[in-house]
Order: sequence, then C-alpha cells, then structure tokens
Amino acid sequence: MLRERIQASNYSFLDKLRSIDYLLILLIIAIGSISVFAIYSTEGGKFSFYTKNHIIRLSVFFSLFLVLSFVRVSTWYKNAYFFYFIGLVLLITVLFFGISASGATRWINLYFLNLQPSELMKIAVIICFARYYHRIQSSDIQSIKFLIQPIVLLIIPCYLVIQQPDLGTSILIAGSGIAIIWLAGLNIKYFVYSGLLLLVSLPFAISILKPYQKSRILTFFNPDRDPLGAGYQIIQSKIAIGSGGFFGKGYLKGTQSYLEFLPEKHTDFIFTLFSEEFGFLGSIILLFLYILLIYRIINVGLVSRSFFAKLYCFGFATAIFLYVFVNIAMVLGMLPIVGAPLPIMSYGGSSLLSIMLGLSIVMSCKIYSQEQISAY
Amino acid sequence: MLNRGRNIEKGRVITRRMFILAAAKILLFAGISSRLYNLQISDREKYEILSDKNRIREWRTPPQRGIIVDNFNKVLASNDRVFQLHLILDEINDFDVTIFKIKNIIGLDQFQIKKLYKKKERLKPWDTLVVSDNLTWEQFSKINLYLHELEGAKPVLSTSRFYPYANDLVHIVGYVGDASPKDLEKPEIKENFVPGLKVGKYGIENSQEKMLIGNYGIKRYEVNASGKRISQIDYIKERQGDKVKLTIDIEIQKYAQELLKGKAGSICVMDIYTGEVVAMASSPTYDPNKFTHGINEKDWQEIRNNPLKPLINKSIAGLYSPGSTFKPLVALAALEYGILDPNKTIRCKGHKHPYELYGIKYHCWKKEGHGYMKLRNAIKQSCDIYFYEMARLLGVDKLSIIAKRYGLGTNVLGETYNDEKNGLVPDTKWKRRVLEQSWYLGETVINGIGQGYIQTTPLQLCLMTAQIANGGYKIKPHIIKNDSINYKDVINKIKLDQSNFPLHTRNYLDEINIDYYKRMYHKKSNVNFVLDAMFGSTNEQYGTSYKSRYDDPKYQFAGKTGTSQVRKITDLDRELDLDTEQIEYKKRDHALYVAFAPYKNPRYAISVIIEHGGSGSKAAAPLASKLIKRIIDRHKLREQFNNGNTSLA
Repeated sequence: MLRERIQASNYSFLDKLRSIDYLLILLIIAIGSISVFAIYSTEGGKFSFYTKNHIIRLSVFFSLFLVLSFVRVSTWYKNAYFFYFIGLVLLITVLFFGISASGATRWINLYFLNLQPSELMKIAVIICFARYYHRIQSSDIQSIKFLIQPIVLLIIPCYLVIQQPDLGTSILIAGSGIAIIWLAGLNIKYFVYSGLLLLVSLPFAISILKPYQKSRILTFFNPDRDPLGAGYQIIQSKIAIGSGGFFGKGYLKGTQSYLEFLPEKHTDFIFTLFSEEFGFLGSIILLFLYILLIYRIINVGLVSRSFFAKLYCFGFATAIFLYVFVNIAMVLGMLPIVGAPLPIMSYGGSSLLSIMLGLSIVMSCKIYSQEQISAY
Repeated sequence: MLNRGRNIEKGRVITRRMFILAAAKILLFAGISSRLYNLQISDREKYEILSDKNRIREWRTPPQRGIIVDNFNKVLASNDRVFQLHLILDEINDFDVTIFKIKNIIGLDQFQIKKLYKKKERLKPWDTLVVSDNLTWEQFSKINLYLHELEGAKPVLSTSRFYPYANDLVHIVGYVGDASPKDLEKPEIKENFVPGLKVGKYGIENSQEKMLIGNYGIKRYEVNASGKRISQIDYIKERQGDKVKLTIDIEIQKYAQELLKGKAGSICVMDIYTGEVVAMASSPTYDPNKFTHGINEKDWQEIRNNPLKPLINKSIAGLYSPGSTFKPLVALAALEYGILDPNKTIRCKGHKHPYELYGIKYHCWKKEGHGYMKLRNAIKQSCDIYFYEMARLLGVDKLSIIAKRYGLGTNVLGETYNDEKNGLVPDTKWKRRVLEQSWYLGETVINGIGQGYIQTTPLQLCLMTAQIANGGYKIKPHIIKNDSINYKDVINKIKLDQSNFPLHTRNYLDEINIDYYKRMYHKKSNVNFVLDAMFGSTNEQYGTSYKSRYDDPKYQFAGKTGTSQVRKITDLDRELDLDTEQIEYKKRDHALYVAFAPYKNPRYAISVIIEHGGSGSKAAAPLASKLIKRIIDRHKLREQFNNGNTSLA
C-alpha cells in the first residue's frame, strides 16, 4: 500500500504530460469552437455580448480545466464529501439569498458570475457517490443500511433544487446519482421495484407539480393544445429543425432563429439553431462528437485502477449522456420542456464551469490512472 | 487475499454495469438520430412550409378601380388622388398620445376618435390603421410638418373614387363605399377583396363590379416573430379594373337633369334602332362623392327624408300609370287585331253625357267634350271616350299581348340594375292568379286610357315609343356599350326591312316574345297610322302638344301627352275644375310625355314624367321639346363618333 503511494507521487511531469488524453482535449476544443460559432449565430452574426462572454468563459474555464487536471485524483477523493457539503450550503444560500429571474430563484450573485449551485451539485453528487461506493465492499452494497445513506444524500439536493423551482436539473442530479448506485452493483430488483413504484405514484406526483410544470407536461403530449403559449417553444423548435433538412439552411441563415421565432436560442435551444443551420448532417456530426467524448471518458474509467476513478468516470460519462440526451430529446419534442442545457454548447457560466470541473477530474483520473486510493 | 478477490469481483461488476449502461446510451442516441431523420428528411417539406409561413407574410395591395366613361369617352367615374393618414401600429409606443397629437393637428371630433379606437381593436398589432382617407391639402401639409413628432404616422398619397358629374349621374353610375358583410359574400368581391377597398354599392358600380374591381397586388415581406417587416421579398403588381363604357351622352344627360331641376320626375332618351340609352335622368338627385368616404349622418338624413325621394331612380324604379301615353299602343292593338275601322266615328259629349257601362259613368278629361271623333283625331286630341269604347271592343287580354310585346311589363335593362321594376300589364289571368278575382269590363275600359292596374316605368314608355317609332321592330335596350353589335348593320336591317305585306298567321299576333331586330307588327299601315296620329298630336292645331312643336323639319317631332291620375276623380273635383297650382301637391296628376324625333327619318325616342306636374301638355311636353333640339343637334357628332371617328369629341 505504501509502495503504491510512493509510486504515484513519483510521476515525473513528462510522464504526466504523456498520459494526458489528448483526444479528449481535442474533442472539448472541437465542441467548444462549434459552440462559439453557434452563439455567434444567435446574435445574428454580430460579435457582441453573448459571443464575447462565451469566449471569455470558455477560455477561462478551459484553462481551469487544464490546471485542475494535474490535481491528484486522491485530492478529489479526500475532499469529495467536502464538495458535497459546499454544494449543499450554496443551495441553501440560494434558498435565502438567491437572485430570481423569470419566476425561479436559482442563482447567487458572485459579481463576475451568477453562480447556479445546482449545476455544481450535479458534479458534487457524482464525486460524493463515487467516494461512498469506493470503500463499500460489494457484499455490503445490497444491505439496506448502506442503501439508505446515498438515498438521503440524493434526496436533500434534489429537494432543494425542486424548491427553486428547477425540475430539469433536479432530475439530472437524481439521474447521475442513481447511475452510480447502479454501477456500484445494487441488485436490479431494487431498480425494477422503484421504477414500478414511480409509475404508480405518477398521478400523485403530477398533482403536486406547479401549474406551469403541469402545463409543460400536457403540452409535451399535445403541443397544439396551446400553440401560442406553452406549446409555442416546442412547435417552433420542431419547425426550425425540420426545415433545416439534410444540409441545413446555411450558417447565419436560420430564419427561425434570426427572425426570433426561437425562444431561448442561446441556452436550452442552441441545438435547434445549430440543427436548423447545419441540418441533419451537422446534427449527426455534433451528436457523434458527444458520443466520442462519452467514449473517451469511459475509456479513462476503464484504464483507471481505483474504484473511485472508475465510478466517477462512468458516472460522469452517464451524466454527460443524460444532459445531452435530455436536452436534444427535449428540443426534438420527445421529452417535455424542462430546463436542461446542452453541455459546453449552451450559453451559461455555471453549466460550463461544472462540465469543465467534471472533465478536469476525468483528466486527473487519466493522469493518475495507476494511483491506488486506499479507504481513508 | 480475500479482500483482493472481492475487489476484482467489484471491478467486474462495475465494468459490466457500465457496458449495460453504454448499450442503453447507444440505443437512446439511435432514437434521437431516427427522430432527427424523421424531422429533417422525411418531414422536411412540411416543416419548410411551416417555416415559410412563419417568416413570410403577405400584404395585399388594393387595385385601382376601372373607370367609367360615356359614349364620347368622357370620364364619368375616375380615381382621384387623395391624401390619407395611416398609422403603423407596431411603431407606436403610446397610442393615446399619438391620437391626441393627431387630433390637435388635423382636428378630429370626439365621434371620430371613438371610431378610431373601435377600428384599432379589430386590427392586429402589425396592421395599419387608416386615420383618415380623405385629408384636405391643408391637413396633409400640417401632418407632414409635424411628422417628426408623430411616431408611426405615415402620410399616404392614394386614390379614391371621384365622380366629376356628381349629381347628374348618380342614378346611372351609382357610388362606392366600404364593403358590407353582404357585399363580401359576392364571389367577385370575395376573390379580390383587400381590407379598405371600396366596392360598388349601387348602379353600374355595383352591377359591373366584376369588370371594375380589378385584381389586388401582393407584397410579400419577411417578418420576425413579433410581426415586424424585415425585408420585401416579392411584389406582384395589382391590375386596374376594366373600363366600363356607357351609351350615355353626358351633355344630354346633364341638360335633362337641368330641365328636371326643382321637380320630381324622369327623362329617358333612347336610340330607336340600337336601343342605346342616351340619357336617363331622375330627379331629385344627390352627390355620390359623399358616399365614397362614408356619408355623414346629417347629409344622409337629408337625402333619406326628402319627400321627393332622391334615392329612387325614377326612370327604372318609379312606377306610374302611363295615362294617355298608352293610347297609341291601344290604337295600334285595336288596328292590328282588326277590331275597329279607323274611320269609325264616336261622339264625345262632354261631362254632361259621359260614357256609360253597366250604370257606371266614364268621363272624358275634356269637360265640354270633343264632339265627333275618328281614331286619328281621338289620338291627336286624346279623347278618352273613343278609347273607352275601343278598349271595350278589344278586350284586355289582346291589349296586354301587344303592350308586353312593345316592352311594357318587364324590366328593360335586365341585370344592369338590381332595383329596376317590372311594372305591370294586367290581364284576366293575372287578376285571377294574383287577386283571385274575375276581371270586370269596367277595368278594361279604364285600362284603355292607361289607368287602372297598369304600371310602367318611364324607361318602358321610352322603349315602347322607340319600338313604335322604328316601324315596329324589337330592339335590345342597353346602357353599357356593346361593341359586339354592329350598329350600322342593325340600323340598315331595320330600315330596309319595313316590309309591307301583312302576316296572316293568327299565332303571330299571340306571340309576346319576338326576336331582337325582328318586326312585331302585323300590318305596316297600322304602325304608320299611329305614327301619323302622333304627328298630328304635336304638329296640328288642336293637338295636345301643339304648343311644343318645331316647324323646322330638322327638329320636328311627334309625341303623345299623358296625364295620369294619382287618385280617383270625384264629381266634386269635376265641378270645382281647379288649376294644378290650386291642388295639394300630393294629389296633383303626374304629367307624362312620350315622343320620337325627328319625325321624318326618326332616330330618338324620349319619355318625360313630372311627378304631380299637372297636365302632360303643360308640364312635360315643353321639356321634351327643349331636349329634343339638343339631341338632334348632337346626333351627327354621335353618329360620327360611333362610326369610329373619335377625333370629334
């Protein structure tokens, strides 16, 4: 055990550079560049506020990603619960001191950035759960005692986020948490039972939803119910994507977006804009880049020795998948509209920060892949 | 070691579960891809259309209305330049403030402002509100001066309908106005309508809508989500409506209208060969230009409440007993059926010894009586007694056939005017069918002097006269110039035919409907007899319109007066024997006159009716005489013009 620790600390800088996953970096740069072009297009081809901000954030957070990649994975492991705790504190702060926009209180004003703690919580939950299951013996995983703790750890942030209200993020947090519980090896029957339970309690759950959430869900099943109100976004989004065709309308020529038919085009509906201008071909290429990204993250998990790194990488890959899937499925009208940004592409500091943070931990797992972490 | 083994097992579980998850991810991504394929490739067209529907909005631009001209191409209805003020609603921040400013600049009253607010409610936020469609030059220049202070205001040069002859033509040409829901049901309007477009409300403007309305243009704009125009994509130009040419001679029309000034009545002039209506005046009249921009309440009430009923086109919608103007036709019918020898003598003994039938007395209009009369004299001096007896011998059914054949009892201009009346030529069948009573001989007797059930329009009387004057040929009356008819041919055909040999078939006399430009008479001599008698009535001493004659053969005309009672004349009335001026207006007789001119080689027929004018010879014949001179003076010009020499106009 001691030998291994010495071994890990003895990585030379050259070794570290050599073990960096350059393809992963390349993918991040590729998606980042596409996002700059897309945001530029949302402003009608003018280099102004959003584009500028997005470029600044991308470069700052990308640098942060590079720097944090060299932090030892054991450091993340040690501080996992602490992160979770900070996340909780921030979420509670939002509850009392948060700033509101369009009916939701989600942000803390940090002067240079309006921080959205729920975005950070997405990562914190993954780190926290990875650490939790790192030390638990596989024989203990099935026991109720060890199951209760992660469930409580999951319910608290989800509840706080729902209070904001932000159903989308809350579902994504829960999704990533559940994904790690699944990876750790909890018996399938639990998932089946809780799935059935969810189905049964669905009518009850709907009854406690906020009216706007209810209308979103109803609208999802029938967008024409209210074409100028709740259904407007999804109808316009489908029109934009559909009219893009195979090759798209051409860069900066998406009529739906530049004539302002698309709502929230630089955040949740950025994929719609991209798909309208670059068509089926562009969309598939972008989708492929995300698949590659997820594949690289899984790959890091596969070569890592520690359970923490494996669980984290697989969990984070699943989280990225969930973000991408929920966002795209939503703008394609396959899922109800819930606020869920597209990783890296969407304009928004907190989401970008949390993704970059998550990716830096993945990179750190890669660099220190041979490091064994003992149970502290 | 045990620990190590467990760890290996745990690692395996994690990896296995990861692969299961990865499989699920691939499946879901495949789902997204297929959805993308669906939207962007399978349903692409549908969404492209929807996208274009989103971004492209069409604005229809109103077409110019076709103009209306008279026989000499003088413009009777034109499109004049007008100054308008439009408000682009989505450029206005505060509607109230803008309206307040506009109110102060052009001076709107409370009522107009209320109307504007109402109008605005019906519009979409990106629409244009027409504040005023007819500004004075002063208002227009003021608006332009203050334009920088008025957001969304747009001074517009537009066109609107203008009638240069205003009052003189309103009953013929009609007027335009805003389309009512009922107007919008008409297919020609529905197809070509643009909000704000004026449509024909009355007269030619109304009935010739299909010709006049034109086709709207289309301006396609790219708009954004809030409806703001971004750029113009396409512009299909509007097409002006077609020109409608009338057979009217505006100079004669104007003069006829002038002659009727201050009276209620009608004057109709018709070409006896071509059937062209040269003039069709109705009095009193009103200004159609007032209707173009919506007539104000005061003017409307004034027109509506006028007891002389200016809104009615008396030439085609006024119904009158023809009175003695009917006599030439009664005489013609009696001769055609061979009922009576024109040399038969009947004595008119005056009011003391009236005509009696089954104990009922029928008086002649002449108190002292006409004495011994033959048919020619009876027409010339309009002796009622002679016609009572003749009608009794003829019978109402035979009379009605001839009356209908010569144009009474059905509307003259067909579809051209929707308010034209048919009039009524009674017969025994009609009475049984409609009144469910049998016919009395007494009714036949008064029918013989054009009283009783019979009802005619002035234009029908004009047509009747025309068809006798042209020698008894059926013509096709019209007021819209018909270039498909070769008038020279028609005139020659009628003039050259005039065949003398009688038709011996009995059926021919029973036929009401005769083909156009075909003879209607049985014996030529009968028609000539009646024409000669009408000549006598105007140009020989004791003739009823002798005072209105011309001795110059160029202007010499022949006619027949008529005085139609509006109520039954009592014995008391006969005793009082009041002058027209002494009788209450409403109870005075209508004065009628029909004539054709020139007597030698006739060309025009005219009918004059002065409501409550008194006797035909005093009130109606002098007007006809004046107008006939004008008509004949202009005849050469018209003839040359119609033959293609347009430089003379």
